[in-house]
Amino acid sequence: MNHDAYDDSYIREILNGVKTIAMVGASPQNVRPSYFAFKYLAERGYDMIPINPGHVGKNLVGKPFVASLKDIGRPVDMIDIFRNSSHIMPVVDEALTLSPLPKVIWMQLGARDDAAAAKAEAAGLKVVMNRCPKIEYGRLSSEISWMGVNSRTLSSKRAPMPTHGQRLSLNRMSVGGGSTLAADRAAKDKTDPA
Amino acid sequence: MTDRIPGFATLAIHAGAQPDPTTGARTTPIYQTTSFVFNDADHAASLFGLQAFGNIYTRIGNPTNAVLEERVAALEGGTAALAVASGHAAQVVVLQQLLKPGDEFIAARKLYGGSINQFTHAFKSFGWNVAWADPDDVETFERAVTPRTKAIFIESIANPSGSITDIEAVAAVARKAGVPLIVDNTLASPYLIRPIEHGADIVVHSLTKFLAGHGNSLGGIIVDAGTFDWSKDGKYPMLSEPRPEYHGIKLQETFGNFAFAIACRVLGLRDLGPALSPFNAFMILTGIETLPLRMQKHCENSKAIAGWLSTHPAVASVNYSGLPSSPYYNLAHKYAPKGAGAVFTFSLKGGYDAGVKLVSKLKLFSHLANVGDTRSLVIHPASTTHSQLDDASKTKAGAGPDIVRLSIGIEDKEDLMADLDQAMS
Repeated sequence: MNHDAYDDSYIREILNGVKTIAMVGASPQNVRPSYFAFKYLAERGYDMIPINPGHVGKNLVGKPFVASLKDIGRPVDMIDIFRNSSHIMPVVDEALTLSPLPKVIWMQLGARDDAAAAKAEAAGLKVVMNRCPKIEYGRLSSEISWMGVNSRTLSSKRAPMPTHGQRLSLNRMSVGGGSTLAADRAAKDKTDPA
Repeated sequence: MTDRIPGFATLAIHAGAQPDPTTGARTTPIYQTTSFVFNDADHAASLFGLQAFGNIYTRIGNPTNAVLEERVAALEGGTAALAVASGHAAQVVVLQQLLKPGDEFIAARKLYGGSINQFTHAFKSFGWNVAWADPDDVETFERAVTPRTKAIFIESIANPSGSITDIEAVAAVARKAGVPLIVDNTLASPYLIRPIEHGADIVVHSLTKFLAGHGNSLGGIIVDAGTFDWSKDGKYPMLSEPRPEYHGIKLQETFGNFAFAIACRVLGLRDLGPALSPFNAFMILTGIETLPLRMQKHCENSKAIAGWLSTHPAVASVNYSGLPSSPYYNLAHKYAPKGAGAVFTFSLKGGYDAGVKLVSKLKLFSHLANVGDTRSLVIHPASTTHSQLDDASKTKAGAGPDIVRLSIGIEDKEDLMADLDQAMS
């Protein structure tokens, strides 16, 4: 699996396939990226579970906080990790003790742990690193195009009506669009130590 | 299966322009409206808080403009874009995100005269101090770097001289200094040069020129390459620090590699106000569909006319980077192998007076202050676009008193040569 650049078909299959998402590190503060993503995904029809031991007893967009993955008490399809790269491995280790196993480990924008990814993949899970599911959902559904973002998709098919609370179709036929490969390479070069 | 990456001409027609979800309209509709209804109070709050993607008010975003933004972002290979009212507006909005009063930016000395004025006078009044460097001598950029430097600004193909800037060399200076490189790509258009592939972090355009092509609508755009880490050293608080305008959101943390385009929209455009009319966006989009075809013809005509002029008895010299005699020929070959653009200058043996006479006698070339039109255009920069500079600065900017600037259109080149010939006789 090339974790530098994911094909749209890979991301689309994940976002179409999962129903229950546990978000580790979800914040009740409404200016935090995890809050944005949690609320957005809940509005798109995902069964969202906020995981944060510091907020048990409170709700996030009406969903009760849970202390840890093993306390969820029902199967989850995807674990979305809103933690720094250095805190990924323990979460993946805990995820791999769940029964049944989750299908997907997703590490948030800025987070990447290749060793944890390899461990999860060896157990048969799919892994996405350094991406935001809200941004990817918005991109593949064209919703993010309202913000002038390069969705990197083209389509001659009519987009679905963007109605509040309705799960947008990610299945509309499209082909690859404007590539950012050169920019992606340049960004990677700049973050590598000189 | 690896996703196929479409070619430039396909993107020029399709990027951003998916059929309208409500009506199925295939051409992008003109959403000529100031405002957009909210679904409910929570939706409105989500939009204002940047928690949801969507439309609020045309000063901040508009669906027609958004198609234009995605189109140009795709053509440049950037992550996102923001369309504004003009190229000048793009420059104000970009620098507002990067500079505070007392900060500096380095700019190439060879620039569009309007940019030189904007940087020298208007921006100075904001406390944004420009330091000039010579695009033909990259070390002058390096020497101009100070702890207050926040950005470097160059043109890919410089106006009016048509000289080519060594983008990669300047990008290396910017990278070493830890500041973003801004490239004005107006005269090249992404068809000829894609600055992001050579190290640009931000690309700006006057859409009014080759991208629109028809000379009927003003517009500007900012493209975010997504390559710069705004949070690494606290130099760019508009992107890295909690924004009081939005209850403490940190833009880079929230929007990742398109945070700069979002900052330009929600901090720059929202508060400064230079919004692009959706009607202009529609006109510019229509123009972009034929950008590849037009640029091929612009370059073919320009190369033929520049070569013909260089052998004309009334002409002293021709500055066209696509001619082997040009000092920029190698740079043109490297950065713009499909053509060196369609804006260049030449000087007449008869000097200033011959230039004035030429302009007055032309019958097809229009004497006006624009470039990148389907029509061929001519101007005498020393008395117009660069008139506010002193003589030494005019010469440094490539706009000396004997210089005439042409913007070659897509007419039949034989007719253009005949017009120039009769005007020089």
